[in-house]
Amino acid sequence: MSGGVDSAVAAARAVEAGHEVVGVHLALSRMPGTLRTGSRGCCTVEDSMDAQRAANIMGIPYYVWDFSERFKLDVVDDFIAEYAAGRTPNPCMRCNEKIKFAALLEKAMALGFDAVCTGHYASILTDADGNKQLHRAAAWAKDQSYVLGVLTADQINHSMFPLGATPTKAEVRAEAAERGFSVANKPDSYDICFIPDGDTKGWLGERVAPVTGDILDREGNTLGQHDGAVAFTVGQRKGLSIGTPAADGKPRFVLEVRPVTNTVVVGPKEALAIKEIAGNRYTWAGLAPEHPEVAFPCHVQIRAHADPVPAVAQVVSTTAVTGVRGSVELRIIPNEPLAGVAPGQTAVVYVGTRVLGQCTIDRTVSAVPVSVTSASTASASPVPVNA
Amino acid sequence: MVVYLDHAATTPMLPAAIAAYAEAMSVVGNPASVHSQGQNAKRMLEESREIVATSLACDPIEVVFTGSGTEAINLGIKGLYWARAPRRRILVPGGEHHATLDTVEWLAQHDGAVIEWIPLDHDGRIDLDALADAIARDPLDVALVSVIMANNEVGTIEPVAEAAALAAVHGIPVHVDAVAAYGYLPVDFRTLAATGVSALSVSAHKVGGPVGIGALVLGRATTVEPLIHGGGQQRKVRSGTQDVAAAVSFAVAASAITVEQRADSLSPAARGVEAARLAALRDRVIVGVARVAPDAVLNGDPITRLPGNAHFSFPGCEGDSLLFLLDAAGVSVSTGSACQAGVPEPSHVLRAMGRSESESRGALRITLGHSSTDADVDALLAALPAAHAQALAAGMADRVPGR
Repeated sequence: MSGGVDSAVAAARAVEAGHEVVGVHLALSRMPGTLRTGSRGCCTVEDSMDAQRAANIMGIPYYVWDFSERFKLDVVDDFIAEYAAGRTPNPCMRCNEKIKFAALLEKAMALGFDAVCTGHYASILTDADGNKQLHRAAAWAKDQSYVLGVLTADQINHSMFPLGATPTKAEVRAEAAERGFSVANKPDSYDICFIPDGDTKGWLGERVAPVTGDILDREGNTLGQHDGAVAFTVGQRKGLSIGTPAADGKPRFVLEVRPVTNTVVVGPKEALAIKEIAGNRYTWAGLAPEHPEVAFPCHVQIRAHADPVPAVAQVVSTTAVTGVRGSVELRIIPNEPLAGVAPGQTAVVYVGTRVLGQCTIDRTVSAVPVSVTSASTASASPVPVNA
Repeated sequence: MVVYLDHAATTPMLPAAIAAYAEAMSVVGNPASVHSQGQNAKRMLEESREIVATSLACDPIEVVFTGSGTEAINLGIKGLYWARAPRRRILVPGGEHHATLDTVEWLAQHDGAVIEWIPLDHDGRIDLDALADAIARDPLDVALVSVIMANNEVGTIEPVAEAAALAAVHGIPVHVDAVAAYGYLPVDFRTLAATGVSALSVSAHKVGGPVGIGALVLGRATTVEPLIHGGGQQRKVRSGTQDVAAAVSFAVAASAITVEQRADSLSPAARGVEAARLAALRDRVIVGVARVAPDAVLNGDPITRLPGNAHFSFPGCEGDSLLFLLDAAGVSVSTGSACQAGVPEPSHVLRAMGRSESESRGALRITLGHSSTDADVDALLAALPAAHAQALAAGMADRVPGR
């Protein structure tokens, strides 16, 4: 119970469904913040009190469990490391994967509980053979199945999402008010819970030392210098500080961040279009497809609030590339090229409303091939820096 | 049926204290008023002060009622520090209650105090040699020494008189936090004062009185600067209309202590009847826990400890898992350490005793009090095997593996 309205109503519904429910608030920080207005989803003293008040009203025991050490390692440090590695991580997914449905579930099961019940908007359905499947919530506007895409079959078997069938958030708020929960009108949490002021860039800047490096074009020519590759995200246009305009006069965008060489690659907007994404860290949410190596039609979603797009996915051997025997990746080819894709993001694969699985993107292929002709001429004479 | 084994957090109010509280609340009158009703309130207040003074073996004028034990400790420490300006050094053992720790840390951050932490031994006892050395380094600059009489977490009884004697040689005032000791050990201010103690703090709700009233025993010769200014009540040390009803209720609880323990000496060996009864129950807990979990470690001094306190570390278990499982079985216990937003912090007391952070988090405190019975211990020992086995299985799921 985060102290928000969703988990409070979810708990109340679980109680009414006849389950023996215990409210648990996760302490994710050793230093709970001071009183802040609104919910940040975690760590504040007020949130813990709100969760406890809701538990009191529904008459269930309530405890705070301290996962701050795990959270710091698996979510906060991971977030920093991913950024430092030039990727764009989603800490909420990492929290679901490592904390809520892993460390918490593990501890709860050991203490005699059967399942973790949360206020996520998603549904668990059972197929004809009795296998649990993860599906989108009834209300697509609130659907949170994307951030649950990392759940495995075992985790789904021990999860409950009582809000999945609720048509609107307004209904949840009305129900909370009817039940006398003080959190009925509490604002939704937003941003990243461990970055209290919402300034992600500033927060990262304090933790990842920026190192000056080169800005390159797609052909490898140096166009200028940056103050730290970590500060750039794929698709970014502003703040590139390149003196010389592109040959065609069109604006340039960040296409790639390469932390190993500390370089930022820029190019035309068209080059942002991605025709293929792949990742070797993939999971199946429930029963795995019988023949994942055979290309199958699906929809792919690359951000929590992005629209799903039609695609074809398959598991492909990468032994020829990696040299590692048996190495594979989940490869997803959208029917139309996708914009705004960056390594580190999670691609969730749907079949209809069902979440089939996900991969963390570690490779993308641009829809616009690099022109080889311009490469040789420019690279010999680097463009002077003009900050 | 819920079994309450967390008497160190708070102990049930005595029925007589509740009745006296309710009755006194219906009496109108400010004890500072001159008219008859004021005089009546004043009479009730001062009678109560006398009874509380008797329970602490001090003179009534030396009892300053406060709003809590924490306020008493704040008044004792800050009041002495300010009265002793410009002296800067405060000598404090590392395992004190947060009321002391946070107060001296505040003085260090805001008022130039220099804190010197006196180490504890493995059993949680203050290192008297280290205290003597610390005093000797610059005795003229020591503002005060503050020592807990018995540790609220691990139950170790501290050599308060010996510590006070070391300070008294140099005329350094000593404050004693007797909140955890009061009601369980004889607290004899007159004897302590003779060794050098200047001020001593207690709280009513630890002895069957109400929450919301404590007392600072302030020796006649001792001066403190007040925290609270106003009408000049109570030797001008603690302004504010005095809470007659709370004092009356406190006195009822204090009188129970007086009857049971007054004949005792400071030696824990010469226990009062109630202390002996609690010690017998506690020893049943210690033996029973050892049977269920042979690897459990009894923290604190095994002999010189509070009669109602049993504090353990259970290797491989989270203290909060055990707490949860016992709670589910109807037995209320504590992890012992302070909580922030419901999260038990790693015990600074165990840390000060030289334990690792991991050991400092797996602790469980079982504390007995006036309402505890053999049946309570039976219920605990019946619930413990299953809880312990399950907590072991749950292990350290919330920890980072390998740490």
